[in-house]
Amino acid sequence: MAWEPRIIVIACQWCTYQGADLAGSLRYSYPPTIHIVRVPCSGRVEPEFIAEAFRRGADGIFIGGCHFGDCHYKEGNYKAIRRFKLFKRLATDLGVDPERIQLEWISGSEGKRFSEAMTEFDAKIRELGPNPFKGGA
Amino acid sequence: MSKPKLAFYLAGGCGGCDMSIVDLSEALVDVATVLDIAFWAPTVADAKYKDLEAMPSGSIDVGLFSGNVRNSEHEHIAKVLRDKCKVLIAFGICAACGGIKGLVNLHTTEQLLETAYIDTFSTDNPDKVLPQVSYVENGKYELTLPALMDSKKLDEVVPVDFYVGGCPPHHTHVAKAVNAILTGQLPPAGSWITMGKAVCEVCDKNPVLQGKPKTFAKTVKRIYEGNPDPNTCLLEQGYLCLGPVTQGDCGSKCPSVDIPCRGCGGPIPGVKDFGLRAVSAIASMLDNEDLVDQIPDPVHLFYRYTLPSSFLGKRLKR
Ligand code: SF4
Ligand code: SF4
Ligand code: SF4
Ligand code: FES
Repeated sequence: MAWEPRIIVIACQWCTYQGADLAGSLRYSYPPTIHIVRVPCSGRVEPEFIAEAFRRGADGIFIGGCHFGDCHYKEGNYKAIRRFKLFKRLATDLGVDPERIQLEWISGSEGKRFSEAMTEFDAKIRELGPNPFKGGA
Repeated sequence: MSKPKLAFYLAGGCGGCDMSIVDLSEALVDVATVLDIAFWAPTVADAKYKDLEAMPSGSIDVGLFSGNVRNSEHEHIAKVLRDKCKVLIAFGICAACGGIKGLVNLHTTEQLLETAYIDTFSTDNPDKVLPQVSYVENGKYELTLPALMDSKKLDEVVPVDFYVGGCPPHHTHVAKAVNAILTGQLPPAGSWITMGKAVCEVCDKNPVLQGKPKTFAKTVKRIYEGNPDPNTCLLEQGYLCLGPVTQGDCGSKCPSVDIPCRGCGGPIPGVKDFGLRAVSAIASMLDNEDLVDQIPDPVHLFYRYTLPSSFLGKRLKR
């Protein structure tokens, strides 16, 4: 069977998750390879979650949070970006392709942007091919 | 009651963990009166592998394994000890998580041998002779050496009952651990022998313990840059201290002399991947995202003692 990517989207419930909902209501499509996990805030995302997703075979991981100034817990997204950048440096040094992980701010009103971002990320992961961790976990 | 039998083995380690037992000094005299040392190689007792191999299964009460598993000999003795010991303890951070010497996994064995035996400035090896696993001398005498492999923590090779952190474990902690073993007051199998508190929780510099608010680090500093204020948390001053995620059984030894904790105590309870949790803790304490780029060499900083226990580290591009 041809390989199909598995993409995990970790979405803040107040923004990106609502954006996904809106995309659905407005009938903007996005690829079926996207699997959304809802979290209370992007600041809840631990680097361990990303590693665990890789361990279980995810090919790409996308984290969506509120725009700066909009986080319901004020600074969760600031914390998220610092953690994300540091994790990305560490993972890159360990041989992970940094293109497989992405962080973006998508609000609840950006249904269209959500569908575009998912389509672009899916295309990128297809280009990169299967997760190199697969089969060895 | 007969004295409990103890075995101690130094695998891919430095002997520091042996010293932490010897450092019990006066207490060790006591220990020796209450413990029967069945095997302690290669540092303290004159015991041979064949003596250990000849012992009946389960005849040793407690085995302390120090150092990581780095070659076929370590792996073999780990299996022998597992069979002979009722309780097997990964003693020290090398055995528990791979230790400093787990950083060898950043390189292939070939790269390491080439550096050590060919490339180094002081090496004179025109025929480029490298250590061989087996060599026949005079056409008849076979000489062998253990085969090198990637560095592993002990539980990648055999099941481990308990873990003790530290590089080496501080002797006060060793005394507590030995006492717990002797009195049978051990935690549930598979856990760390620890007081369960982070280095920060026992650190005099902790602002929270002084009733002050925590503040973010506004710079990132290397240890040789400036002199830290002895009364202020090192992390707040920009020295990347891993106290928040490290078990504090040492009693916060490094911060008490103005040196940031590097994580030798092992991960605080509930943390599977030390390096990733350290990334999370340190990133959360930085004032802004630009500081992230100023952290030099994150792998050596965050995985200094635990690289073999990292999942991402297992798929290194080398
Ligand atoms: S944990 Fe530290 S002291 Fe113990 S063997 Fe390893 S390097 Fe040596
Ligand atoms: S971060 Fe380091 S210096 Fe600050 S309180 Fe924790 S252990 Fe002490
Ligand atoms: S402060 Fe940290 S690095 Fe220093 S001895 Fe304690 S646990 Fe190890
Ligand atoms: S609430 Fe959405 S990122 Fe914090």
